[in-house]
Amino acid sequence: MMYILSQYLQFPFVQYAVIVGVLIALCSSLLGVTLVLKRFSFIGDGLSHVAFGAIAIASALNLTNETPFVMVVTVLSAILLLRTGQNAKIKGDASIAMLSVGSLAIGYLLMNLFSTSTNLSGDVCSTLFGSTSILTLTKGEVWLCGIMSLFVVAVFILFYNKIFAVTFDESFAKSAGTNANAYNLLIAVIIAVIIVLAMNLVGSLLISALVIFPALSAMRVFKSFKSVTICSAVLSVICALIGLLIAIVAGTPVGSTIVAVDILAFALFTVIGIMK
Amino acid sequence: MAQITCENLILGYDGKEILRNLNFTVNAGDYLCIVGENGSGKTTLMKALLGLHTPMQGEITFGDGLKRNEIGYLPQQTLVQRDFPASVEEIVLSGCQGRCGLRPFYNKAEKRLAAENIDKMGLKGFEKRCYRELSGGQQQRVLLARALCATQKLLLLDEPVSGLDPHVTTEMYALINHLNKMDGITVMMISHDMEAALRYATHILHIGKRMFYGTRDEFLRSEVGKYFTLMYGGDKA
Repeated sequence: MMYILSQYLQFPFVQYAVIVGVLIALCSSLLGVTLVLKRFSFIGDGLSHVAFGAIAIASALNLTNETPFVMVVTVLSAILLLRTGQNAKIKGDASIAMLSVGSLAIGYLLMNLFSTSTNLSGDVCSTLFGSTSILTLTKGEVWLCGIMSLFVVAVFILFYNKIFAVTFDESFAKSAGTNANAYNLLIAVIIAVIIVLAMNLVGSLLISALVIFPALSAMRVFKSFKSVTICSAVLSVICALIGLLIAIVAGTPVGSTIVAVDILAFALFTVIGIMK
Repeated sequence: MAQITCENLILGYDGKEILRNLNFTVNAGDYLCIVGENGSGKTTLMKALLGLHTPMQGEITFGDGLKRNEIGYLPQQTLVQRDFPASVEEIVLSGCQGRCGLRPFYNKAEKRLAAENIDKMGLKGFEKRCYRELSGGQQQRVLLARALCATQKLLLLDEPVSGLDPHVTTEMYALINHLNKMDGITVMMISHDMEAALRYATHILHIGKRMFYGTRDEFLRSEVGKYFTLMYGGDKA
């Protein structure tokens, strides 16, 4: 077993997959705590479907490098969702649901109409579930992912106290002169960036799991915001690593294996939480 | 000069007025209770004072060295907070955020201030405890300590005793009274509890169909006040 693993780890594409997997798991778990506590769990889900739609448009337009385009569209949708959430006639969850299924449908439609590929259902499946695309990463994509992760982690650390304040009590934060709307926007933009990065790893349907499971697990056991955040980051990285290695050795789909490990961890933490 | 002056204030949403001709002043050391029926606009007034809501007309001016972001606000608890994993220390420290500006981390002075206020609210030893595991009264004291980190001058309290049992309610009132009398902090409190309002407040603002602003004694002699004393027997207070 260890022998097979060390054999695989000598391939650059496996190394890339492990690096990207760990980085994405780290980033997605950082903001998970905030999203869960702010009752925003589904923003991740909605945005990931938007990203799917954007990928479909990109492939219909025959763009060679999809990621920047998808990134822009998803970030714009995140801003839009947040803006409408504040003052529009269609409220929060409804607008997320609308955008989410809407872009899923349009995305599939576009892929069907304009696809040049011979294996359409395979394409759709890999976009939705990320099946093997993490094993086909190029060096450029690994760099992009690394820089973006660095950006996410840096922003999170620099604004940690503000993010805590805005998450715990928005009215108080505003009364103290903190620009809560700006920080909400920042959170939405970061989450959009993370989602686009994570699409390679788990595909657009399973991203929410990567965002919320580590946070929920950590919340079962730990009692301060800092310890929950740290635990959720560590847990997420460990689960992603275990999931990735199992997937590589056993040949199972990467995304669903990682999420399955996350679910097991959640069950374990729930039990620990009850016994404590 | 008064700390807060409201002149001909009109408050409302989407072009619909809910409160008009609001005139009152708050001076350093006052204990003002804002009373009125549900939906009369008490919380809207409070949001306007904090700058979270823009008045349709009229002006709120701050003076006597008070700035808008130096108000210590104690909001009503939200659903999000009830199962929030945060330690007492983290929450109280977040009261210092107004002092930070864009500086990302809290400095030593701010940490000391937080520790002092935790002590002042009788929460020593609870620093590492989880907020969601505290009793209702303890949670309110945590939020009060946080508000004290944001201000040395004026506290704005939104129904600080709602949901507390009678014993803890009395303790809470005593604590607020102490901050007002001993530390000279101005108190503005939204309250449903007329009896307590008449016992502690120096000034009363009654909003709704019948408006009243004046000292406690003037209130007791007024039309609105007489109605309340009849209802609650508050003259004994």
